[in-house]
Amino acid sequence: MEGLEHILRQHPFFADFAPEHGALVAGCARNHRFDPGDYLFREGDPADEFFLIRHGKVALEIVAPGQAPIVFATLGPGEIVGEAWLVPPYRWTIDARATELVRAIGIDAACLRGKCEADHHLGYEMMKRFLPVFIRRLHATQLQILDVYGKKR
Amino acid sequence: MVPESVSAAASLPDPFVPQIYRVGRLRRELHDTVTLELAPSAGRRPAFRPGQFNMLYVFGVGEIAVSLSGDSTDETHFVHTVRDVGAVSKAITELGTGATIGLRGPFGVGWPVEAAEGSDVVLVAGGLGLAPLRPAIYHILANRVRYGRVVILFGSRNPHDMLYRHELEEWRQHLDISIEVTVDHAEADWHGNVGVVPALIPRATFDRHNTIALVCGPEVMMRYSASALAEAGVPPERIYLSMERNMKCAIGLCGHCQFGPTFICKDGPVMQFARIAKIFAIREV
Amino acid sequence: MQHRPDGGTKAVISREALQQLIEALSAENCRVLGPTVRDGAIVYDEIAQVGNLPAGWTDRQEAGRYHLERREDDALFGFAVGPQSWKQFLHPPVETLWTARQGDDGISIATDRSETPIFAFIGVRACELHAIAIQDRVFLDGPYRDVTYGMRRQDAFIVAVNCGNAAATCFCASMGTGPKVDAGFDLALTELIDATRHEFVVEVGSEAGGDLLDRLPHRPAANADLLAAEAVIARTQSAMGRRLETDGLKELLQANLNHPRWDEVAARCLACGNCTSVCPTCFCTTVEDHSDLMGSSAERIRKWDSCFTLDFSYLHGGSVRTTASSRYRQWMTHKLASWIDQFGTSGCVGCGRCITWCPVGIDITAEAAAIRATPQSRKGEPHGGT
Repeated sequence: MEGLEHILRQHPFFADFAPEHGALVAGCARNHRFDPGDYLFREGDPADEFFLIRHGKVALEIVAPGQAPIVFATLGPGEIVGEAWLVPPYRWTIDARATELVRAIGIDAACLRGKCEADHHLGYEMMKRFLPVFIRRLHATQLQILDVYGKKR
Repeated sequence: MVPESVSAAASLPDPFVPQIYRVGRLRRELHDTVTLELAPSAGRRPAFRPGQFNMLYVFGVGEIAVSLSGDSTDETHFVHTVRDVGAVSKAITELGTGATIGLRGPFGVGWPVEAAEGSDVVLVAGGLGLAPLRPAIYHILANRVRYGRVVILFGSRNPHDMLYRHELEEWRQHLDISIEVTVDHAEADWHGNVGVVPALIPRATFDRHNTIALVCGPEVMMRYSASALAEAGVPPERIYLSMERNMKCAIGLCGHCQFGPTFICKDGPVMQFARIAKIFAIREV
Repeated sequence: MQHRPDGGTKAVISREALQQLIEALSAENCRVLGPTVRDGAIVYDEIAQVGNLPAGWTDRQEAGRYHLERREDDALFGFAVGPQSWKQFLHPPVETLWTARQGDDGISIATDRSETPIFAFIGVRACELHAIAIQDRVFLDGPYRDVTYGMRRQDAFIVAVNCGNAAATCFCASMGTGPKVDAGFDLALTELIDATRHEFVVEVGSEAGGDLLDRLPHRPAANADLLAAEAVIARTQSAMGRRLETDGLKELLQANLNHPRWDEVAARCLACGNCTSVCPTCFCTTVEDHSDLMGSSAERIRKWDSCFTLDFSYLHGGSVRTTASSRYRQWMTHKLASWIDQFGTSGCVGCGRCITWCPVGIDITAEAAAIRATPQSRKGEPHGGT
């Protein structure tokens, strides 16, 4: 347990996190290793765990019938994979695939949701860390849909 | 009654008149993008600074502004990378070796490559925006010891439309330069980054207290990149963007390229973000 | 024998001496240009004799309206300004910059500078002198100079006139550009006309002006003449039809780029560009490249352009300023605000032409006042109640 707590503290996502909150989150955490090509999760699966990447790269994909999978983002060390665990119905809407050897911390969603509900200080600290991640991804998505490098005519 | 400046002007060479250049080597970069070497038909090639541009005239078709994309220390010719997006640029991409072309320039304010000495340099390019940054990259690589960390962040539409792909590989061989490339969209066989280029900024390693950022690409990409750089702690007076507006004269006399109080042709094209931040996000300025 | 007049000298000449002045300038191969009545307006054209000047005519101007009326006297300069300005001579609407030829060994480019006329302008108003000075700064004081403008400008001889009339659209007094001429002329006239006399007080503004006055019959100005001339200017000053409050205007406009007034004025604006054509300082141009049918020669033509056209801001694939509101904003904020950043003065001289010649009567002074009256701010009640 202490090892996980230490690893969590090193992760940029939890920079300046209070020690007691770190211990609470560590209680929901476990280590993961994904080989290249392994899926962290797939569309439609229950969103019962999200991931903090420590090492390696993860591709987020959407598949349409008759087409090759489209990668719309890649995430690397220090970043978070997965948002759907935060809101009902807690199911993944995308695929997340390791494109190289990935080491990550997985955090049990139900466990952390429960702790946040019980300790709103922890919940608010988590929200302050997640929201900027979402906002940055929203901005990236806005820019992406503009297709700025395409021709205007 | 005539001010002194009036009498002085009449004897100078006319900046409206193009000089004749001849097309040398050509290289097709992408399906719609060509790099040309242009050598003066007489005399020496004028000096230029990374980030400056020329006005290129195709006989009977017209004239457009195109950034220099070659090495400023190569004194035999100018290099331009041109994408076919209109009548004149299409005509330029169709020129053959030996053809003649009219050229005025170089014009404008370039990248602050001297002011950046002693600092980390982050170059953020999107699409064809890598072309105006390439002379700065050549300059920095040729004077590598004068700079701190050098980071190139480059975004393309997809892996097939990636400008200077081979050269990026060559630069990557330098151990002392960090290059991250990303594409907006890719299929699963692409092993590189996917996502927009501003997303690379928080992942890059540089000293936010001592960094100069040079940004070039579509305007929206530059707006998002400037925000991401500011969020990463780079002050707005150390972020530089290469702006683009309609240009006719290139010398501040025709009024077309105004951007608020500035003329892009003579106050830019490279502009300090701090100088334009207030109007950068206002529509239709 | 009279003493030789020099700068600042004031003399009095008759209507007949004015005729001799025109002849003297013509004899020096000047193209003598001045106001004359044509097509129901006072325009600037070739002047061979005093009789070509608009004797006895005045102009009535209002927003979107202009017409000529007879005066009760035969004053030669008893009007304000017409639709034209001296810009059309110094900065012509169409100009061939160069011609190119396609030969066996590629293209060659040549310019033709043989025909640069020497201009003599008769009847240049204070606002117009300021407009010329503004265009001098645009074309000659930057890092690059407009060579052909410089050639046309360098030998121009300027006979200015202190205004005896202000139109309802005039606001030079509030711009600090008139009605009294202060600099930039060779000779300056003030027309004195009443039942007993028709004469002109002449002020010498340059050595060339002094030389020319020396060759005309004149007498030294008496104190009474000078007082009469001052009275003419004072009367015009007080008759000014409009005013533009310039205090803090640059900052006001630049802080209000998203003001709803831009949309309101755009609802009336036809984006016709009349204001830019008649403005004596608007300098924007475009270029056109023409080639002959054989494809062996081509020329580059420079033409007046207007920031009200869609093409003006075209950038591969689309225009930056697609809405009339953004184009009106560009014109007005450039004229009244960013011009100061660029060239050190306002781009407006208060001549009122843009008001008169706007087909829907948009009034730049009213638009500026409207924004001043309701500067943008966060509207609504305070957060959290009071």
